[in-house]
Amino acid sequence: MTIKGKAFIAGVYEHPTRKAEGIPIAQIHAEVARGALDDAGLTLQDVDAYYCAGDAPGLGGLSIAEYLGIQPRHIDTTETGGSSYIVHVNHAAQAIAAGKCKVALITLAGKPRTGGAQPGRAPLAIQPPDAPFEAPFKPSVLNIYAMCARRHMHEFGTTSEQLAWIKVAASEHAQHNPHAMLKSVVTVEEVVNSPLVADPLHRLDCCIISDGGGALVVVAPEIAAQLKRPKVSVMGAGEAIKHNNGGEIDITYSAGRWSSAKAFEEAGVTPDDIKYVSVYDSFTITVLMQLEDLGFCAKGDGGRFVADGNLISGVGKLPFNTDGGGLCNNHPGNRGGMTKVIEAVRQLRGEAHPAVQVSNCDIALAHGTGGFLGTRHGSATLIMERS
Amino acid sequence: MANTNDAFSADIALEPYWTAARDGRLLFKHCRACDRPHYYPRPLCPFCMSADTDWREASGDGTIYSWSVERRASPPFAIAFVKLAEGPTLMTAIVDADLDNISVDQKVTLKFEERNDTPVPVFTPAS
Repeated sequence: MTIKGKAFIAGVYEHPTRKAEGIPIAQIHAEVARGALDDAGLTLQDVDAYYCAGDAPGLGGLSIAEYLGIQPRHIDTTETGGSSYIVHVNHAAQAIAAGKCKVALITLAGKPRTGGAQPGRAPLAIQPPDAPFEAPFKPSVLNIYAMCARRHMHEFGTTSEQLAWIKVAASEHAQHNPHAMLKSVVTVEEVVNSPLVADPLHRLDCCIISDGGGALVVVAPEIAAQLKRPKVSVMGAGEAIKHNNGGEIDITYSAGRWSSAKAFEEAGVTPDDIKYVSVYDSFTITVLMQLEDLGFCAKGDGGRFVADGNLISGVGKLPFNTDGGGLCNNHPGNRGGMTKVIEAVRQLRGEAHPAVQVSNCDIALAHGTGGFLGTRHGSATLIMERS
Repeated sequence: MANTNDAFSADIALEPYWTAARDGRLLFKHCRACDRPHYYPRPLCPFCMSADTDWREASGDGTIYSWSVERRASPPFAIAFVKLAEGPTLMTAIVDADLDNISVDQKVTLKFEERNDTPVPVFTPAS
């Protein structure tokens, strides 16, 4: 069975807040649900499937379904960190293709900026099996991703200046986004001269920390046919995980190598067909490694590929994260997958900001990584088409 | 066993590991069925799921696979992946080192440090 052409992304919504003081996470879930359903031209009564991940408080999908007031006949709370929401689109498309539901709602909300939870430091009720062998050395998202960058530099000669180009491209895009947290354009020099936070990553190699949320509505073809918005169909999707494999490790590549191969095969397209890419950007190194793993360049060539503005819309060959991404715009719940799909849908609809809209954007790709790139993570790839 | 850290002592299968650690020895697991070493140690081999696993002692020699210094911490500290001479790579810390002169492929030597009342394997530049 394939999901190609069997499901459409009919509604998307990105919460405009970046600082949600006094607003509980459940309320943000409800506000983004309403926003995405309004965007699609549907109502809460149309929803028959619900998807959320580890950001949902309490009993997760049960608690938020109750808060929203929905009675889904299909529910999936797969948790693969920030890539969860891209996995959810894949699973929703599979469920729709199998006839299990027709209107799937996917929501994310998080408050790492004002809610107290620090990135990668969520309290764990039950200690994971790796904890006695890792926790004493104080791993953090920052130093784990930094070790990926260090190894990549060692094996392939990647430089801090090349990594900096990724932040530069994100900032070029963010200047046009009125909701972006960081709207100032930065230079390569400013990135590499910002303080080292975890060698070899500098402060400006890092994403922002923001409150917020987002939602998607995935529908069956017969529902999409009744709606007025531009149609975006699911062409293919893939998911994979990667971990430390009993101590036989190679942190120079991600599970994106495997998730993208499945997605491209299902979609029947190649990286050359992709006009726009949304790719998770917790740090500059995250983008570089994923672009290699997605097949936009050979492993090890990422540094040369991203340099000289190649990721800037209207300038380079592969426009990326035209909303400013997690590096400059928004990173709700320290999770990137949701906003990656939202901006890709804007591009396919021709509704991105005119200054960053990719001309004739007919096929786009959204890719996420969740968890920790250098220890254990989930990757998810989604290829979409304007139809 | 007299481990004061409940979180680390609640796993009976790991008792030989922590006992050796208190003697300054690092154990890893080896599978008799598929002849592959692994770390962190598990009773069931993560490569073939055989329960026929035994403990092996690391020589203490290793090389740095990757590293980072968390500069904002007070004091700054170095985290690393170190590849043991015997094969497996483990997460650890680089200690007693000039934090501005750590490098990939650098040779390092095992020692133990107490963290949370538990002896854990860390590495120092080989002399």
